[in-house]
Amino acid sequence: MQHTISVVVENEFGVLARVAGLFSGRGFNIDSLSVAPTSDESLSRITIVTRGDDAVLEQITKQLNKLVDVIKVLDFSEDNAIERELALIKVAAEDESRAEVLRIVDIFRAKIIDVTPKSYTIEATGAPAKINAILDLLRPLGLKELVRTGSVAIGRGAKGWKG
Amino acid sequence: MKMNGARILLESLKREGVDLVFGYPGGTVINLYDELMNVREIRHILPRHEQGGTHAADGYARATGKVGVAIATSGPGATNTITGIANAYMDSIPMVIITGQVPTPLIGNDAFQEVDIIGITRPITKHSFLIRHAKDIPTIVRKAFYIARSGRPGPVLIDFPKDVQISQAEFKWPESVEIRGYKPNLEGHQKQVEKAVDMLFVARRPVMYVGGGVILANAAAELTELARTLQFPVTTTLMGLGAFPENDPLALKMLGMHGAYAANMAMTHSDLILAVGARFDDRVTGKIATFAPHAKIIHIDVDPTSIRKNVRVDLPIVGDTRDVLVKMIDCLKGQTEKVTAQHSAMEAWHEDISGWKAKHPISYKQSTSVIKPQYVIQKLRELSEDDAIMATDVGQHQMWTAQFFEFNQPRTLLTSGGLGTMGFGLPAAMGAQAAYPKRQVICVCGDGGVQMNMQELATLVQHRLPVKIVVLNNNFLGMVRQWQELFFDKRYSQTCLELPMDFAKIAEAYGAKGLKADKPSEVEQVIKDGFAHDGPVIMEFKIAREEKVLPMVPAGASLNEMVLNA
Ligand SMILES: Cc1ncc(C[n+]2csc(CCOP(=O)(O)OP(=O)(O)O)c2C)c(N)n1
Ligand SMILES: [Mg+2]
Repeated sequence: MQHTISVVVENEFGVLARVAGLFSGRGFNIDSLSVAPTSDESLSRITIVTRGDDAVLEQITKQLNKLVDVIKVLDFSEDNAIERELALIKVAAEDESRAEVLRIVDIFRAKIIDVTPKSYTIEATGAPAKINAILDLLRPLGLKELVRTGSVAIGRGAKGWKG
Repeated sequence: MKMNGARILLESLKREGVDLVFGYPGGTVINLYDELMNVREIRHILPRHEQGGTHAADGYARATGKVGVAIATSGPGATNTITGIANAYMDSIPMVIITGQVPTPLIGNDAFQEVDIIGITRPITKHSFLIRHAKDIPTIVRKAFYIARSGRPGPVLIDFPKDVQISQAEFKWPESVEIRGYKPNLEGHQKQVEKAVDMLFVARRPVMYVGGGVILANAAAELTELARTLQFPVTTTLMGLGAFPENDPLALKMLGMHGAYAANMAMTHSDLILAVGARFDDRVTGKIATFAPHAKIIHIDVDPTSIRKNVRVDLPIVGDTRDVLVKMIDCLKGQTEKVTAQHSAMEAWHEDISGWKAKHPISYKQSTSVIKPQYVIQKLRELSEDDAIMATDVGQHQMWTAQFFEFNQPRTLLTSGGLGTMGFGLPAAMGAQAAYPKRQVICVCGDGGVQMNMQELATLVQHRLPVKIVVLNNNFLGMVRQWQELFFDKRYSQTCLELPMDFAKIAEAYGAKGLKADKPSEVEQVIKDGFAHDGPVIMEFKIAREEKVLPMVPAGASLNEMVLNA
């Protein structure tokens, strides 16, 4: 089962390598990973989308907690968190397909951020499923390049995890 | 007071109570070594290879419970410590390794003798630090030692660039350190302890399964008290040997691949396993699917990742093993009637166990013509002091030592369990002897492994460390040969050490004493002479070449499917 884990870590060099190394060394999966500083400059937040049964997930969480530089591990599920991803998509757009691309962009509330006579570059944000859906529609028109950030996630409700 | 970074590091080591380090100089630690001449309080032992130095620091830590310290220069010096670090990591040994590094501005430039040692050792250290500013040194050292020795102990590496060793800063020792991401959970949960005790009272076929965690937490006395109060049988892992006296009637001895029949049968038939500081390693459980099929499992460990990693657990208790054991003992104190009732409820179980012990005790066939390795080990026990420290290398001789040398005190067995590192024994014994110059330190090696760090004989002689090295010479990489005999049709691919060596002569060449025995009748005298000699000795015993370690649970088989005599 797919899981999104948010890891609050010391904002120091080498920490990402420790986290990533833990996953590769122990054979845990990484579907996506994103990392950036938080509002507290001494902290970074890593969001990892991973897969595994309950036992594997339990090990992943425990092993992450065991790293000295890891301050907090948040295991998110669909009902307690909101997940978003950003994608930059370069798609072929000539003649009749130009209008079709625009229609799709409009439906998904995405944006055109670069235009040439032969292509559009699109910025799309949303839950990963929404990104997958727009890609499914654009693919037949000729995908030239795709860049995804991987998911970031935040807990629902008023309570925040400081930093 | 201002001082250079090298001095700040040494002053910090002093504050941590370090009085002995094992290290090897080189270009990027030359400043550190220069300062060392000004610091009388720290004794330095120069091994002949950084692997030897690292294992020595490890052996020192195992024998004393203190943090072992090793120093190496950058590049090849640092890479030579890797096996030693991995070995300590696998067995959770507290150690701090200080490596020189090229000057900060050169890092990343492929400078002479530069390696990314922090990167290389990331998966085999508990944590690591690169020192960037001399002013940070005290805090980093303090954190490093705290991390190394607390919670589940382990090796911590400090990478120390040459320019930082030279730069000046104020020496300020921090009163305490705070690491916000590192808060080991040491206190066992009282409610969980009470639940555990309730489970103990309804068990009819209980076993205590004890690992190295008990020794690391200095909890052998508490463990022994608990076992005796409850009258529960106790089996130990290789790493747990010494945590419970093997001469106690409750002792089942070692379990697992080369464990005692009674221990493995008890695990298989048990209805309650009380696991203390053990991690259900594959060498212990055999086939997981059939492991202890009837047992409820209580697992006490300081490391939450050990729990449910390999086996299902009915009741986990995370905490320092000593803290949890003390709480259990306290909990039992108010319930003497239940304890007594529990004793009588286990009569049938104790009979079963006596039956298994009698049916297949750990044994061997003695010979009058050729030396049996097991006989040598028995004689070593008989002739050595009660508190002798026994280091072993890795192979058949290690298992014979585990089976036949009776371990009755904690920290008297130094052996490479998790990594199974050939070459560990001799330098580990060296570290223990350096810590305890007056105690008897014995090292049992094979003819293969002893040659992997044999250069340390020079260190033993130079520093007057009277380690008694026993070489059980079968002229084979015996343990691998045994597997080839049993599972590969006796195809002895590359396990015969063709060249017959004269180990006694090698000892003499280094200035140590060399003794040898070819016949069983000579064994006792050689051991007596070796022990009586005031200095390092190699005692070589030519043993039965194709003797096997038995019993044996073949890899992947169930614990009760033991090969008893093949
Ligand atoms: C560094 C290292 N290399 C290889 C092995 C694999 N290995 C395990 S036991 C063994 C044989 C050891 O032979 P010896 O030291 O003569 O001891 P014996 O088994 O004969 O008692 C080998 C090669 C190992 N454990 N460690
Ligand atoms: Mg051998």
